[in-house]
Amino acid sequence: MPSDTRLDVRKTYKLYIGGKFPRSESGRSYVVNDSRGRFLANAAAASRKDARDAVVAARKAFPGWSGATAYNRGQVLYRVAEVMEGRRDQFADEVVAGEGLTRARAGRSVDQAIDRLVWYAGWTDKIAQVVGATNPVAGPYFDFSIPEPTGVVAVLAPQQSSLLGLVSVVAPVVAGGNTAVVTSSRDRPLPAISFAEVLATSDVPGGVVNILTGSVGDTAPWLASHMDVNAIDLTGVAGDDEHATALEVAAVDNLKRVRRAPDAEPDWTLDPGLSRITSFLETKTVWHPIGV
Amino acid sequence: MVSPVLTSSDVLDGAASSPAALRRFLHGLPGVDQVGCEARAATLSTRSIKTTSKAWALDLAVSMIDLTTLEGQDTIGKVRALCAKAKRPDPEDPSCPRVAAICVYPDMVATAKAALGSSGVHVASVATAFPSGRSTLDVKLQDTEDAVAAGADEIDMVIDRGAFLSGDFSRVFDEIVAVKQVCRRSTGQDAHLKVIMEAGELVTYDNVRRASWLSMLAGADFIKTSTGKVQPAATMPVTLIMLEAVRDFREATGRMVGVKPAGGISTSKDAIKYLVMVNETAGDDWLDPEWFRFGASRLLNDLLMQRTKMTTGRYSGPDYFTLD
Amino acid sequence: MAFEYAPAPESRAIVDLKSSYGLFIGGDFVDGSGHAFKSVSPATEEVLAEIAEATANDVDTAVAAARRAYTRTWSKTSGAERSKYLFRIARIIQERSRELAVLESLDNGKPIRESRDVDIPLVAAYFFYYAGWADKLEYALPHRRGATTTPRPLGVAGQIIPWNFPLLMLAWKIAPALAAGNTVVLKPAETTSLTALLFAEICQQADLPAGVVNIITGAGETGRALVGHPDVDKVAFTGSTEVGKAIGRTVAGTRKSVTLELGGKAANIVFDDAPIDQAVEGIVNGIFFNQGHVCCAGSRLLVQESVYDDVLARLKRRMATLRVGDPLDKNTDVGAINSSEQLARIRELSAVGEAEGAERWSPPCELPDRGFWFAPTIFTGVSQAHRIAREEIFGPVLSILTFRTPAEAVEKANNTPFGLSAGVWTDKGSRILWMANQLRAGVVWANTFNRFDPTSPFGGYKESGYGREGGRHGLEAYLAE
Repeated sequence: MPSDTRLDVRKTYKLYIGGKFPRSESGRSYVVNDSRGRFLANAAAASRKDARDAVVAARKAFPGWSGATAYNRGQVLYRVAEVMEGRRDQFADEVVAGEGLTRARAGRSVDQAIDRLVWYAGWTDKIAQVVGATNPVAGPYFDFSIPEPTGVVAVLAPQQSSLLGLVSVVAPVVAGGNTAVVTSSRDRPLPAISFAEVLATSDVPGGVVNILTGSVGDTAPWLASHMDVNAIDLTGVAGDDEHATALEVAAVDNLKRVRRAPDAEPDWTLDPGLSRITSFLETKTVWHPIGV
Repeated sequence: MVSPVLTSSDVLDGAASSPAALRRFLHGLPGVDQVGCEARAATLSTRSIKTTSKAWALDLAVSMIDLTTLEGQDTIGKVRALCAKAKRPDPEDPSCPRVAAICVYPDMVATAKAALGSSGVHVASVATAFPSGRSTLDVKLQDTEDAVAAGADEIDMVIDRGAFLSGDFSRVFDEIVAVKQVCRRSTGQDAHLKVIMEAGELVTYDNVRRASWLSMLAGADFIKTSTGKVQPAATMPVTLIMLEAVRDFREATGRMVGVKPAGGISTSKDAIKYLVMVNETAGDDWLDPEWFRFGASRLLNDLLMQRTKMTTGRYSGPDYFTLD
Repeated sequence: MAFEYAPAPESRAIVDLKSSYGLFIGGDFVDGSGHAFKSVSPATEEVLAEIAEATANDVDTAVAAARRAYTRTWSKTSGAERSKYLFRIARIIQERSRELAVLESLDNGKPIRESRDVDIPLVAAYFFYYAGWADKLEYALPHRRGATTTPRPLGVAGQIIPWNFPLLMLAWKIAPALAAGNTVVLKPAETTSLTALLFAEICQQADLPAGVVNIITGAGETGRALVGHPDVDKVAFTGSTEVGKAIGRTVAGTRKSVTLELGGKAANIVFDDAPIDQAVEGIVNGIFFNQGHVCCAGSRLLVQESVYDDVLARLKRRMATLRVGDPLDKNTDVGAINSSEQLARIRELSAVGEAEGAERWSPPCELPDRGFWFAPTIFTGVSQAHRIAREEIFGPVLSILTFRTPAEAVEKANNTPFGLSAGVWTDKGSRILWMANQLRAGVVWANTFNRFDPTSPFGGYKESGYGREGGRHGLEAYLAE
């Protein structure tokens, strides 16, 4: 080896659970290739037990995250955007490698992902004013309805859009105060792990977002049937009707809120609207008499 | 503070031992939720009392009336006429019960006493600078003494709402105790003491509950909603609070205290609603003129008309009943 | 002397019952192709009428009628016109309120005081409320971005409702669906079809276009056929969690939109500083309203230990004044259990409560010889582990538990797979708001209980279902962006 070329230090890609980066408890990993089939890295293949651990971590983080002020959650999510911006090139590299985009398009995709986080960061303390209400009941009662987070949400992130898609499905869930167990794109997991590193170095409490790499088939059924998961977003199995239906059936066991898989992966560059926030909110109505 | 006349049970021992203790006790009473209280009163108002129950309730209501005249224009003639009505409310119908009492100002007590004789109809006298109560304690006691001396069987006193609202509970308490003393007779035939809260001036149900307990602790034989001179006078919710108070007071002390809504109850329908509320709140022990009264002037004739309707099957008219 | 209330029966004469009823499809009453079944009065076991059971073929016909009405008529009817139809229906309900109340009490067994003062007025109120939305749908989804079009209806809604509030649940379903521009096929519960069939007559009186509302009667099979029908775009169900889950599995993998309003095991939490007399009323209203046949019933009473004895004594005294009996008597507080099946379930779970060591108490009360009756009952000495503290009994049975601190109250209240409602009784404002925040339930009643209003969204967390009914939120379930 010529003495003027330095051997690069490769990164070990691991899972992100409860604010830590464990290997899969199964000890298994799988090869991640770039868009042209060249070896990029070995990624951890999450197992059902990793999924279980991630749910425990997400549940543990839920009271703190849902109980934080909306202002605080907005600050934290904006902080995530700031830290991403600082690692823009790294994300762009990973998107180029994984999605086969040109450098310029990958850069735009990273920019959009960061901007989307900023957009959702701003929603944390506004959503209640848009979807909440005071209800003019016909009686001497003060009656109001407020949105509250559903709880622990399993998010099957899209398979194609490895960063913009990922951010587009995770940010609304946590902006609403939920905690998330995310399964990343199987074939393009590297931006997800880098995103986890961003989360870990922002102010996001451990367990609020947990990221599992590997095949969605290994973990999603366990998440779908898990009795301590409150909702599931099936975006990651878009187009796979059979799989999606099986997951939807499993989700009925504890009546999870299900965001169904679309027929095909959506165009993530489009305006997302609010439905990804509201899909994972409950409405709580409170009554109190008015008297002296 | 002077000691209360009654002997309280252990439960309430010390409740009135000092101004601070009295305040602590009254503020420690459970709160009243206005909306819930009014909703309960409204639900009780939906009871449908028909046929035999209605006939029974109408007679009971007649027997519970404190037939009242408290006007500046009252004369001896007016009071005598009212006494005649009290003894025989329906001259056409001897089965009609007499009312419980005549309620007059102190200067009319002697007249009423003479007119009622041995009929069994009591004479109740308002006292203590009724209706405002804004006078010195000496004057209030003298007012009471005059009425007692003239033969009043019952004294309807007003509490000092100003003192109550300014938080001087012990002043209100002491005044009731003092009036109660004046109600005593050497013969043992003490005048019964009704204490008027004037709920319309206390404004909140919490205050009505506190004033009720304060009065009972100080020795009231009856607690009464209103003077009839202030709006709102008697209401279902205020009476409900008082019925709960006498019920709970008996639970705590074993002593029964009566309740008298006064002012604004003018129809049989309303009177029956109150009786239903007594029945389902304090219980049927209170369904007795000894323990529940209506302070009213117009109610009697409506009850008489309804009684007649029950017996004749046709609606009656005011011309068939005496206006006294 | 005791104050006995003489019988004060509401007259049945106002109700004109037919001996048999068909299905209401495409604007007409038609014979079903299935067998007839009997609808009985739960208070007397008297057969009120024979009801047609809709078969899968009938369901098909009804869905086709709804689709035709949707495509040809209702989707072309302006919001303003739809609005006026709903206002018209609301008015007719008010005009015929006494008839509806009597029929509801006759068929369901609930006291006339409740059907007259609660159910039917609310039915009219829900129609009035949603009537006004029909021509304002562009304001119904404020979180749509830059929309220039009005939100769209979903199409044909298949709606299945329970027997506890037959006509009220119909109103909760049909009013928002029609306001949003959908057409409906509604199946009432098999034990309480009659007011839904009278409502069909009201639709005729209102000249509602044929097929906009279709009422099909029947039991589980009919419901399954409706839910599974490929031409149904929207399924709305109120009922048991078990059936709700079955529906969830049926619609999995389809594009049908679903809302589920399911069971509950609400905690009614009484703190030591509660307005005690109103709290006792709230406890009674929470569990004995409608014989406890209420999904949001306050069936678990959590009392702070320091006031337990006092609350229990007051509750027992109050329960002794409850008047159980003839639903048509205007003085009845607690009516008949809706069916022999439900009575059996209540008896079974109550027996389990005793077997598990909880102490059972009912006030002395004479129950009629015929019909389905269960005395108001409380269980003391209940712990979280008891089945009567976990399972929905859906009857006049209250399980009483205690707690020491607010945190313990929250922990116990939330320790259930359900999350429909909760009650909090305390005079301390900040504690009310803290409790309301902590309780994982869709409706929190503070210093009140069992209040309903068309403007107020209602629905559950967790296994109590999803989606909201009432208010603007209730409209969302029937609209597509």
